[in-house]
Amino acid sequence: MSAALELQPIARRRLSLPLLGLLSGILVLACLLLALLGPVLAPHPPGQIVSPTVFAAPSRVFPLGTDYLGRDMLSRLLVGARYTVGTALPAALLASLLGTGLGMLAAVRGGLTDAVISRAMDTLISFPSLIFSLVIVAALGSSLAVLVGTAAVIYMPGCYRIIRAVAVDIETKDFVRAARARGERTSDIMRHEILPNIVTPVVTDFGLRFMFIVLLVSNLSFLGLGLQPPLSDWGGLVRENLSGLSVGAPAVILPAVAIAVLTVSVTLLVDNLPGRKAAMRER
Amino acid sequence: MNADPPPHVAVSGLTVTGNDGTPIVADLSFAIARGEVLALIGESGSGKTTAALALMGYARPGCRIASGGVRVGETEMLGLGRRALAEFRGQRVSYVAQSAAAAFNPAQRILAQVIEPALVHGTMTRRAAEEKARGLFRVLALPDPEGIGDRFPHQVSGGQLQRLMAAMALINGPALVILDEPSTALDVTTQIEVLRAFKHAVREQGTTALYVSHDLPVVAQLADRVVVLRGGRMQEEAGIARLLAAPEHPYTRSLLAAAAPAPQSPPAVAADAPPLLQVTDLTAGYGGVTAAGVPRVPVLHDLSFAIAKGSALGVIGESGCGKSTLALVVAGLLPLARGEIRLDGALLPARVQDRTPAQLRAVQIVFQMADVALNPASSVAASLSRPLRFYHDLRGAAARRRVAELLDMVRLSPGLAARFPDELSGGQKQRVNLARALAAEPALLLCDEVTSALDTVVGAAVLDLLAELRRELGIAIMFISHDLSTVRAICEQVMILYAGRRVELGGRAALRRRPMHPYTDLLLSSVPELRPGWLEGISFTHLAEAAGGLMPADAQLPCPFFRRCAVHIPGTCDVLLPPHRVLGKGSEILCQRTEAELLDMQQTASAPA
Amino acid sequence: MAEAAGPVLRAPAGRSLSAMVLRRVGMSLLLLLAVSVVVFAGTEFLPGDVAQMVLGQGATPEALAGLREALHLNEPAVLRYLHWLGGLLTGQPGVSLVNGMPVAALIGDRLPNSLLLAGLTALVTVPLALFAGITAAVWRGTLYDRGLTVGTIAAVSVPEFLFATVAVLVFAVRLHWLPALADDVDTDSLRSLARSFALPVLTLALAIFAQMARMTRAALVSTLNSSYIEMAILKGVRPVRLVLRHALPNAIGPIVNAVALSLSFLLGGVVIVETVFDYPGLAKLMVDAVSTRDMPLIQACAMIFCAAYLLLVLLADIAAILSNPRLRHR
Ligand SMILES: Nc1ncnc2c1ncn2[C@@H]1O[C@H](COP(=O)(O)OP(=O)(O)OP(=O)(O)O)[C@@H](O)[C@H]1O
Ligand code: SF4
Ligand SMILES: [Mg+2]
Repeated sequence: MSAALELQPIARRRLSLPLLGLLSGILVLACLLLALLGPVLAPHPPGQIVSPTVFAAPSRVFPLGTDYLGRDMLSRLLVGARYTVGTALPAALLASLLGTGLGMLAAVRGGLTDAVISRAMDTLISFPSLIFSLVIVAALGSSLAVLVGTAAVIYMPGCYRIIRAVAVDIETKDFVRAARARGERTSDIMRHEILPNIVTPVVTDFGLRFMFIVLLVSNLSFLGLGLQPPLSDWGGLVRENLSGLSVGAPAVILPAVAIAVLTVSVTLLVDNLPGRKAAMRER
Repeated sequence: MNADPPPHVAVSGLTVTGNDGTPIVADLSFAIARGEVLALIGESGSGKTTAALALMGYARPGCRIASGGVRVGETEMLGLGRRALAEFRGQRVSYVAQSAAAAFNPAQRILAQVIEPALVHGTMTRRAAEEKARGLFRVLALPDPEGIGDRFPHQVSGGQLQRLMAAMALINGPALVILDEPSTALDVTTQIEVLRAFKHAVREQGTTALYVSHDLPVVAQLADRVVVLRGGRMQEEAGIARLLAAPEHPYTRSLLAAAAPAPQSPPAVAADAPPLLQVTDLTAGYGGVTAAGVPRVPVLHDLSFAIAKGSALGVIGESGCGKSTLALVVAGLLPLARGEIRLDGALLPARVQDRTPAQLRAVQIVFQMADVALNPASSVAASLSRPLRFYHDLRGAAARRRVAELLDMVRLSPGLAARFPDELSGGQKQRVNLARALAAEPALLLCDEVTSALDTVVGAAVLDLLAELRRELGIAIMFISHDLSTVRAICEQVMILYAGRRVELGGRAALRRRPMHPYTDLLLSSVPELRPGWLEGISFTHLAEAAGGLMPADAQLPCPFFRRCAVHIPGTCDVLLPPHRVLGKGSEILCQRTEAELLDMQQTASAPA
Repeated sequence: MAEAAGPVLRAPAGRSLSAMVLRRVGMSLLLLLAVSVVVFAGTEFLPGDVAQMVLGQGATPEALAGLREALHLNEPAVLRYLHWLGGLLTGQPGVSLVNGMPVAALIGDRLPNSLLLAGLTALVTVPLALFAGITAAVWRGTLYDRGLTVGTIAAVSVPEFLFATVAVLVFAVRLHWLPALADDVDTDSLRSLARSFALPVLTLALAIFAQMARMTRAALVSTLNSSYIEMAILKGVRPVRLVLRHALPNAIGPIVNAVALSLSFLLGGVVIVETVFDYPGLAKLMVDAVSTRDMPLIQACAMIFCAAYLLLVLLADIAAILSNPRLRHR
C-alpha cells in the first residue's frame, strides 16, 4: 500500500505548513496582491520619463532607481507584476483545467479514448517548451491571447500525464469498481469517485504549471518575443535594461529577482504543501 | 570454529518506540534455550516484526530501540557499536524476511547473495561457502541444488525463494535465526513443503530460532514454546502443548477460537429451490477475445454451477486460479468470452452497461481489501447514500434513516455515519463495505475474500455477521476464499477451482469424505491443523504433489493437475479432456479416474511419510 | 490476496529485450514525424503571401509567380509537406527567406558551436551532479541533504537569465575576471577558450546541475529504501559495500534515466544563454530567425531541437528498460 498514492483529500488535512512553506506562501500572496493593486501603489506614472538620469541609483524619490530612459523602476515593477501574473495565471488555469479533465476522461474511459488523447499529448510533449513557443510566435505573433494559448497548450500535456497516472491508479481501486458494478455513468464516476481524491495532485500540479509558465513567459519577453512594449512584464523589463548591465544598474537585476522570488516561492510552497505527492519530474 | 559460548538468548525489558515516543513494543522479556524454537505470535500491528528486528539491534526508520537488553550467547547486542553490530548480524544472528521476493536483490545471482554473509564476515573461503550453500540447498529439499544458485531471484518460485533465504540465514551457523512470517505469503500446498524444509533444517543444525507468525496452526508444527503478543505487550507465554490445551489469557482463547471457526447452521433452503444464479460453460479471461472466440489470456475454462435462492456457494483455490476473475465476470465488470449467466432464469448481459436496473441491484459485489473498497474522500454516510439514491431514489431524511438502519444491520453504531474511512478500523471498514452492498437490497452477494485482509478474530466476527444476515435477509452468497476453514464455516456448497477449472463441486459434508478429486485431496491435506505433529503426518504422496507447484505450461494440458497428480494416467490424462463424474457422496469431479480407483488409491496413499 | 510470491511462475512480459528497445525507437521516430507535421503547420498560419514577403512590395507579377513556382506555393499543403520533409531528410531544408542562403549552410555554421557549448556543460555538470545526488541520497536526512534539496528546488525555478546576468555582474563587471561576451569563439588557445566559455557554461551548468542532482538523489533513494537493502544491512554488510554492491547496480538505470532527462533541459537553457552572451550558436540563429519570420530556417532549427530532445528522452527510456534485471536475464 505504501507505494500507492496517498488518497488524502486536502480539505480534511490539518493545514500545518512548515516555516519555509508559510514564508513562501506569504510571498506568493504578496505577488498576487501586487498584480492586483500594482497600478494603485505605483508612486510615479510607470510609462513616463520622470528623471533626467538613466540608470540612476536608488534614492528617496526613486526607491529602486530609474531605468534606461529615466523612468521610475519601482513603478514599472509594480505594474509589470500585472502582466507577468496576468499572462501566466489564465494560461496555467487553462492548462490545468484541460489537463485534469482529459486526464480523468482517459483514465476512466480507457481503450481508444485513452490511446487517442495520450498519443496527441505525446506529440505535444516532444517539443522543448521554448522551441514550440518560438515556432508559434513566428507564425502568429505574440499577442496576449497567443501567449496564453501557447503556454496552455505547452503545459497541458504535463498536467494530463500526471492526472491520468493518478486517476488510473484510483480507477483500479475497488471503490471505483464498486461504482461501476452499480452501473454508474462515466461522468458520475469522475465527479464522485475520482475528483475528490485527486484534489491534492491537481492543486500541486497547478502550482508547478503556474511556475513553469511564469518562466516561459519571462523567457519569451527576455528574448524580445513576448508581450511587446508598451506592455512590459518583468521579463521585458530585464531585456530593455540589459544595456545597464555593464554599469551594474539595479534596473537589470531587480525584475529578474522579482521573477525568481515569485517562482521560487511557488515551488517551495508546493513542495511544502500537506499531502503533496505530485511529481516534480515533468518539465 | 572456536568454542562457542552457550547459544542462549535472553531478552529483557525490550522497549521500542516511535520517534514521537509512543511505544510499539513495550517491556518485552523472554528467554530461548539452546536449540529451542520459540514462536512469537500476534495479529497484524501487534509489533512482531519490530520486536524481531530489535533482536538484531535494528530499528526501521521512524522508530528506535528505547531500552532493554538482548543477550545472545555472552554478548549484549544492544550495547554494541555500529561496527560490532555489523559483525554480529548475519554471523551470530540471522534473519529470514517475510517476503523473500522483495528481500533478494533482483540484480544479483542467488548463490552470490546466499554466501555473502560468509564472505563479508570472512568466516569461509568462497569455495567453502559455495560448497556449504549447496549442502544447505539439499537439506532444504530444493530442486537442482547444484544449479539453482546460478539463477536470478525472479527465475525461481516464491516457495523456493523462501527456502533459499533460509539457506542464506543458516550459512554461518548462527546462534539464533529469526524467521519472520516466512510462509504467510504462500499458498497452502506450497507452504507444507517450506515448513517441512525449515523444520528439518532447524532440527538438523540444532539451531535456536525465533519464529514470528500470526498463524497458530503453523506455529503448532514448529515451535516448542509460544509468546503471545498484543499491542506490543506480552500476553502469555507457554509451551505449545499447554497453550493449545489450556490457554490462560482470554486473548489467547479468542485466537484459538478464531483459528477453527465452527460451521454455521445454514438457513432453511428448500431443497428444490429454483436456481437464482445459473452459470453455464463459462469461459473468460483477459486481453480481449481472439477471432476464435477465446480470450487471449484465458483464466476460467467451461465453468458451470448454480446458486439457489438464499444459499451459499464457497469458491476455493490457490492464488491465481481465477477466483476474483469469476466474481468480476458475474458482476459484469469483465465480459465473458463464451457461455452464459442467468439470473432468475433470465439471461444476464455480459456487460454492466447492458444490464437492467433491477439486474444491477440484484447482484452486489463486496471486495477483498476493505482499505481500498471505500472512497477515502467520502464519509460513511455519503458512501452509503450513493447506492440508496442510485437504486431507490432515496434522498434527504429518508436516506439518512436508511443509512442508520444499514449501519445497525451490520452492527455499527449510527454515530459512525459522519466518519471517513481513515477513521475506521479494518473490521469497521469491511462492515461499511458490506452495508453499501446491502443498501441495494440484493438477492446475491459476491464476497471476494472479504475476511482475508482482516485479523483472524475480527474476520471471524465478520463471518458471523454474514451468517446472521443470510438468516435475516435470505440473501444468496458466492463466498470466495483461499481459506478452507472459513468456506466450510458458512457455505453449504463448495466449488474447488484449479487453474480456472471446476475440479470438484459438492456439498460441505461431501468435501470431508473420500474419494475426492486428487487436487481436493491435496488441498485438504495441506491445510495446517491445530495440533503438533500434523506436519509429520503428511503422506509422501501429498508431499510429492505439493512439491510441484502450478506452472504456466500446465494450463495448456487437458487436466492441468496432470504433472503433479500422483495417480495420473500418462497417455490419457495428458491428451483427453477429463470427464465429469458424479460420485456416490454427491459431488461432481473432473477426472479420468473412476470412483473406485480414486477411493482405493486415496486410502492406501494416506499413510504418513 | 495480493501475494507477491505465489507458486505460479508468472510468465514474463513476453517480449524480448531487443524487441522492446526497437519498439521504443520506432515510437520515437513516429513522434518525430508527428512533430514535423506540427512544425510544418506553423507556416500555414503565416499571414500574407510568402513570395510577396520575400521579394518586397515592388516585385513584378512575373517574379512573384516564378518564386511561387520555385517554393511550390501553388501546390496543395500535403504535397508541400512531402517536399519539405524530403528536403529535410536529404539535408536540403530549403533556402532562407531573408538572405537567400541555403538553410543547411546557415545551420552548418552554427551547429558545432552549440554542440560545443552543450558538450562542455555536460562535461562539467554530470560528475558534479552525480556526486551531489549520490552523497545526498546516502546521507539523506542530514543537514547537507536538506540544504541541497532546498537549494536545488529553488534553483530549478530560477530563470536562466537571472543566473546569466548575476554571473556577468559578478565576474565581468565587478571582478573583471572574464569577458562578458563570448562573441568571437576563438579556439586557438586553451586560456582564451576557457575565458570565453566560462560564463555561458557556468550559467547553463547551474540550471542543469540542480535538475540532475535532484533526480539522481530521488533515483538512489528509492533503491536505498527497498527491502533488499534492509536485508543486506541485516546480513552485516557494511555501508560502503552496501552502496557500491547492492544499491548502485540497481540504481544505475534510473540514474542514467535522470541524467538524460536533465540534459534535455539544456535545450531550453541554451536559447537564453546564447542570446544573453551573444554566442553564435544554433539557438541564437533561431531566435534571430523568429524576429525576421524566416520560416524555413525556423522550421529546420525546430526540427533539430526536437530531434535532440526526443533522442535524450529515448536514451532515458532505454536506460530504464535495460536496467530491469527481469528483462536482462530471462
Ligand atoms: N487485468 C489482468 N490482465 C491479465 N491477467 C490478469 C489480470 N488480472 C488477473 N490476471 C491473471 O488471471 C489469473 C487469475 O487471477 P485472479 O485474480 O482471478 O486470481 P485469484 O484466484 O483471485 O487469486 P488471489 O487468491 O491471489 O486473489 C492470474 O493468473 C492473474 O495473473
Ligand atoms: S484427470 Fe488424471 S491427472 Fe487429472 S486429476 Fe484425474 S487422474 Fe490426475
Ligand atoms: Mg483474488
